[in-house]
Amino acid sequence: MQSDFFSLDRISKRFGVVQALDNVSIAFRPGEVLALVGENGAGKSTMMRILEGVFEPDSGTVRHGSTPIVFSEPRDSHRAGIRVIHQEPEIVPNLTVAENIFVGELPRLAGVLLDWHRLEEQTDKVLATFGMQQDMRPRQLCSTLGPAQRQMIEIMRAIHAGGQLIAFDEPTSSLTDDEARRLFSVIRRLREEGTSIVYISHRLNEIIDLADRVVVLRDGRLVDDSPAAGASEQTIAKLMVGRDIADLFTRETWQSGKPLLEVTGLTTNRVTDVSLTVRRGEVLGIAGLMGAGRSELAKAIVGYDRRLGGTITMNGVPVGPNSPHAAIVAGIGFAPEDRKHEALLLFRSILDNASLCVPDRTSTFGFFNRRKALEIVSPLAAKMSIKAPNLDEQVSKLSGGNQQKVVLARWLARQPMLLILDEPTRGIDIGAKAEIYRLIDELAAGGIGIILISSEMPELIGLADRVLVMAGGRITAELSRPDIDEATILKHAMPQSVPSLGGQIQ
Amino acid sequence: MNSLELRTATAQTDKRRASLRIAERIGIHNISLLVALAILVLIFGTIRGDVFFSSRNLLNIGLGITILGVLAMSQTVVIVAGGLDIAVGAIVGLTTVSTAMAIQSTGSPAVGIVAGLVLGGLAGLVNGIIITYGRVNAVIATLGTMAIFRGIAFIMSDGQSIAIFSDTFRFIGIGRILGLPLLIWILLLTAIVFHLFLARSIVGRNIYALGGNPVVARFSGININRYRVGIYIMSGVAAGLAGILLAARTGSGQPVSGSQGLELEAITAAVLGGCALQGGKGTIIGALLGVAIIGVLNNGMILTSVPTFYQLLAKGSLLILAVVIAEYHLNRT
Ligand SMILES: Nc1ncnc2c1ncn2[C@@H]1O[C@H](COP(=O)(O)OP(=O)(O)OP(=O)(O)O)[C@@H](O)[C@H]1O
Ligand SMILES: [Mg+2]
Repeated sequence: MQSDFFSLDRISKRFGVVQALDNVSIAFRPGEVLALVGENGAGKSTMMRILEGVFEPDSGTVRHGSTPIVFSEPRDSHRAGIRVIHQEPEIVPNLTVAENIFVGELPRLAGVLLDWHRLEEQTDKVLATFGMQQDMRPRQLCSTLGPAQRQMIEIMRAIHAGGQLIAFDEPTSSLTDDEARRLFSVIRRLREEGTSIVYISHRLNEIIDLADRVVVLRDGRLVDDSPAAGASEQTIAKLMVGRDIADLFTRETWQSGKPLLEVTGLTTNRVTDVSLTVRRGEVLGIAGLMGAGRSELAKAIVGYDRRLGGTITMNGVPVGPNSPHAAIVAGIGFAPEDRKHEALLLFRSILDNASLCVPDRTSTFGFFNRRKALEIVSPLAAKMSIKAPNLDEQVSKLSGGNQQKVVLARWLARQPMLLILDEPTRGIDIGAKAEIYRLIDELAAGGIGIILISSEMPELIGLADRVLVMAGGRITAELSRPDIDEATILKHAMPQSVPSLGGQIQ
Repeated sequence: MNSLELRTATAQTDKRRASLRIAERIGIHNISLLVALAILVLIFGTIRGDVFFSSRNLLNIGLGITILGVLAMSQTVVIVAGGLDIAVGAIVGLTTVSTAMAIQSTGSPAVGIVAGLVLGGLAGLVNGIIITYGRVNAVIATLGTMAIFRGIAFIMSDGQSIAIFSDTFRFIGIGRILGLPLLIWILLLTAIVFHLFLARSIVGRNIYALGGNPVVARFSGININRYRVGIYIMSGVAAGLAGILLAARTGSGQPVSGSQGLELEAITAAVLGGCALQGGKGTIIGALLGVAIIGVLNNGMILTSVPTFYQLLAKGSLLILAVVIAEYHLNRT
């Protein structure tokens, strides 16, 4: 064991009735990628927050060598060379890309003015290191960026200056494969430079790829700490959940019926001339790179973005434009990708959040009826194993993956005829993922149409009847089973295949 | 406990001490308000215990806060929805004038009451439209309409106080039922209605959603424009009700006197009561406790002969203190 580096020594942390961490010890090593895995709510993010000084442990110490260190706030840990990239990017939307990356250390001119010239230079350099020059410009406002690009900014901010220990908390959950690969090459380079890396992810294939050592947490306890060599996805998954995980991608039935949703020539500020059909019982996958306009297509269909042209019908009946309400009444449900900003009421309970779209079935004479709401939400929460002390827990206190499950519960409660899922398994652990795939299959078998937007190829290939590929706000290809494969999708997803890049021109 | 899966700790939840559970139900915030109220009562009781605790004075406090109470509750709803209405004081003034004029010319208290409520609602509608469809910041919009409504009240009344000579109408302000002033009955009734509306009704819950995150609310099918306009109409009608109560109590309609500064006190009470100015948080019970604190403070300052100008200082400081405390709490959770 390294004696002169950071380590966690018998750390415990409790939140009310939840024992988030229980006597966990880990020694980090320079030049090593340590993968931290575990189910949703296992305590991974909590451990990172303790390492960074956001939370104080109830017992146990963070050490550097043999000296105990106490960080009273994140700034202290930054000075000590520890950087944590958080699960949910915290960027300032009304500042530029450059300002967000260099926030807190902006170059100055004459001591008071912002040195734009130098800032732009520095930013260009960082963007180049990450191969992101094509994706954003230094002076671009961050409010125009999608979640993936925001995630990249968060990463660049944290590590452009290097550090001794850099922890990534699910960095790839909102990235597409392409960006993820660029991130991996950066991580490998950091490792070669001697940086100690902590890598948290629910994508086990990445872990096999990247990690030197794997630490498994289960219910706050460390259950395994061993070299990555020789580990397989199956063995890791088994350690995580404590039982064997069934095969992930299976659909029992492939049967689609009459057309349900018909979209023709749909155009908004961000998508152009999109036509598509979803049949009953069909899963329509939507693939594309970041900024391809996939989420924007969803927002156009549900009437959130202003419709500039085109028609939408459900069962042959036109759906009124610019009104999410009309879409919901027509039987369309939408679980957005950005759960924190677009899906959840963070300061309300699980029960309130999950019952938000079923007011009719949770009320008596216009008044909320808790018993009715519990009858609807409890089984769903159990089915998806949402981990929380009870349904009155504030959603902001749930782990990332469990928050995502609450969003899904809301729409399962609503039982729409067409369900649009934008990255539904983002941040969800492997066991729950299997559960969600089963749900999708079950819904489809029950005659519900599903639009599945996903950046995970295996997910699309395993679940979708057909896949539409998007680039630059347009549909560039339609693939049907069994001709759906990664190479074809990627070929059509490349932005070069269309003249303009809708996603980033704002 | 429900059937929710939990592998960490289920047993402990039920074993929590009963006292803790009760505290949780009342809410930590409301408990601290009760403590603050007790401290104020203790201070003024010690200095002027002879007068302060007399049943006459306690009733005075109660009467003094009815009008503020109604405004604080409607302001709570507005703030929970993510808005702010600083025109309410002016709407109260305007409605006292219109009610008085309507009674003067028709002799009918019923017409006066309808005139007050309708005019209040119209004023609220104007606010709502400017804010929702004109996309003007709520503070700026209602700051502007505040001046406009005051101006209209002046023009209508010619700057004069308009006397009301209807005994039936005056009964609202000075009558008693079962030994308790009618005004206090009205406050209790509106409190129950407001509480049930905000905490229990589906519309009330949607208002929390709207204030908590308008994007989420819209994705969830809530017609946020209609809600916003509706909330300002409600605020206007509540201000109209407050105007009617004020006119009935003073027996006159006046453009400024009696209604000036009510918006400051109403917002203070709402924020004291736990409203987050960002929206999405706040309760009617909290607002009422805030109102009680302001009522006791006002009354105590008069009893201990604090000069009027210093009373203003105290009120302003209280608002800022309340916001500071609220922000502190918000950042900790
Ligand atoms: N601030 C908090 N207050 C109360 N409980 C909390 C808080 N933060 C975390 N928890 C609880 O601690 C447990 C561990 O959460 P943590 O966020 O560390 O999980 P995780 O392993 O990162 O999960 P995920 O994979 O879903 O991100 C969860 O049960 C969570 O609900
Ligand atoms: Mg986490």
